[in-house]
Amino acid sequence: MTKHLTLAAVGLLALAAAASLGAQQAATVEPTPLEVLKVQGNVFMLAGAGGNISLQVGREGVLMVDTGLAAAAPRMMAEVRKLSPGPIRWIVNTHLHPDHWGGNETIAGLPPDNLQPLKIAAHENMLNRLTTPEASAQAPAVQRGLPLNEYFTPTKDVHFNGEAIVLYHEPKAHTDGDTVVLFRGSDVVSTGDIFTPGGYPFIDVDNGGTVKGEIDALNHILQLTVPAKTQEGGTYVIPGHGRICDEADVVEFRDMVVIVRDRIQDAINKRMTIEQVKAARLTRDYDTQYVSPTSFVTTDRFVEAVYKSLSAASTPARGQTPAPGGAGRGQAPGGRGQAPTGRR
Amino acid sequence: MERPRRIPHVHAATLVGLLILLAPFVASTPAYAQADFAGNWAPLYHEDFPERIPGPELGDYAGIPLNEAGRLRADSWDADRISVVVEYQCRPHGGDYMMRGLSNMRIDAILDPLTQRVVALRTRMNFQEMERTIWLDGRTRPSPNAPHTFSGFSTGVWQDNVLNISTTHLKENYIRRNGIPASDKRTFTEHWVRHGNYLTVQTVITDPVFLTEPLVRSQTWTLDPTQQLGRDVCETVPEIPKAADVVPNHLPGANPFLREVADWYGLPAAATRGGAETMYPEYRKTMGSPTNPPPAICKRYCNCGLNGGGCNLQ
Repeated sequence: MTKHLTLAAVGLLALAAAASLGAQQAATVEPTPLEVLKVQGNVFMLAGAGGNISLQVGREGVLMVDTGLAAAAPRMMAEVRKLSPGPIRWIVNTHLHPDHWGGNETIAGLPPDNLQPLKIAAHENMLNRLTTPEASAQAPAVQRGLPLNEYFTPTKDVHFNGEAIVLYHEPKAHTDGDTVVLFRGSDVVSTGDIFTPGGYPFIDVDNGGTVKGEIDALNHILQLTVPAKTQEGGTYVIPGHGRICDEADVVEFRDMVVIVRDRIQDAINKRMTIEQVKAARLTRDYDTQYVSPTSFVTTDRFVEAVYKSLSAASTPARGQTPAPGGAGRGQAPGGRGQAPTGRR
Repeated sequence: MERPRRIPHVHAATLVGLLILLAPFVASTPAYAQADFAGNWAPLYHEDFPERIPGPELGDYAGIPLNEAGRLRADSWDADRISVVVEYQCRPHGGDYMMRGLSNMRIDAILDPLTQRVVALRTRMNFQEMERTIWLDGRTRPSPNAPHTFSGFSTGVWQDNVLNISTTHLKENYIRRNGIPASDKRTFTEHWVRHGNYLTVQTVITDPVFLTEPLVRSQTWTLDPTQQLGRDVCETVPEIPKAADVVPNHLPGANPFLREVADWYGLPAAATRGGAETMYPEYRKTMGSPTNPPPAICKRYCNCGLNGGGCNLQ
């Protein structure tokens, strides 16, 4: 019973946090004019509606990766209609935060298409977190836009507008229900909030995110990308927030997360408390690049998430003995040196 | 008293007709003193030779207006990163550094076929086959949401005989090849001047992330009509087994190489740490004494660039 109450409380907190994130971003993003940019092939990026939205457009209609904030949905739909009058047949949600799926309900409420009903796909962990009794009680109106075409396997294949599209589950990264989408023909990857080049990643520990999973997911994105000449261009990357990127930008971001992980792991090994770690300003060489006065993920929030994630992983399970000296520099608990092999 | 000369009467319509006929020729002729940069150029390395050819010493930040963030980022940089992490192996210089690095250059003028006006200059370097376009047709900049590139997006405007170039949309890179960082928020301006067979390029870099004030540098090139640029195709190759979540770096305060440059050259350690004050000649009066005196005889990079001398260590 206690466990159920705890889970319920966690669920409510998660929803509240997600709603708070959405509300904050609604407050800052809503006045921003929307912008549609062609990425390459059949894929476009729509910016300004909350999280970035990827649009794949063709004769069969429109596939969307994420749908932005609910408040921005009417303006978002107007931009989509400028691009294509065709039916929206697919939505893929990258994760559970409302600045990425808030527009689902509006699209689900459009007149039905007799040829093929709208499908909304996401990893089942996202759906599970959105459909706890507590979450449903909090926001009953959004039931119509839930991702009921969920998947639980490591990958899910879609073929649409003549293009192979692969959905990859990235376990325990930004959350525990993240999906990365590869548009194989267009050579574009849509990452959700695993990759946010303008700010520190939001490692949502309360919703299953971990720094190890974040690094693994970034490395997997690097496996999916192939740069062109001089290590740029080639595969383009649509981040959760921010400008269109490519592999070189993901490399810089991955390096930042790894180096911060190494520093905080070293501090944990020296038995520093979270307050001591914050006071040491271990990220001061990245703060000027990744934090602005309007940042949702502040330095403290990022450091706390990494510290909490590493500390939780360092805690030995019952009956296990911790390794002498801790994990050591750069040894992320869970196994430094374990490349994300065996993936899909 | 001399009578004023009578000005021949010209019919107004005739004058207008002449102007209309001449207009295309006037419009298609470059303004006086606009130089032609097209051709093959060889770099002259007399400026900052040790930094540019053998490469900068680790921990040498002198002359760079670094802020605290830039200094720590450089301190944590491990040279293994550019060889062990395959994604770095074939990276080119940034648009601001490529005019300074080790590479010869060809400049092509891109002409509008209709007007024969120069609409862009395209530079190509032999190192990594770096290419860059400098637009002269007054086009607007891409959206802030557009991709950034290593070369950036450049536009140029003539002012007398100087081509002033402004560049944005750059990728993260370096200001000096020893890990001093350059952010993707930096911009730079250039002033290109041709004096006969010499081209002088002054570069002014502004980086709100890592610099406290603009960094000004200059480079000189000489025209070399016999030069031919070849191919430089780069392929990334994993050189040692490495786990995906390993990025070589030094923890704060743990880089053992930062004092080398001060000890080798007999410099005060503080002077090698950079900062705006180290850019100016007056700094010599206040920088203090070195911990170790300068060596009695030169032992490192002694003849670099002098009389054609190489940079072999003695």
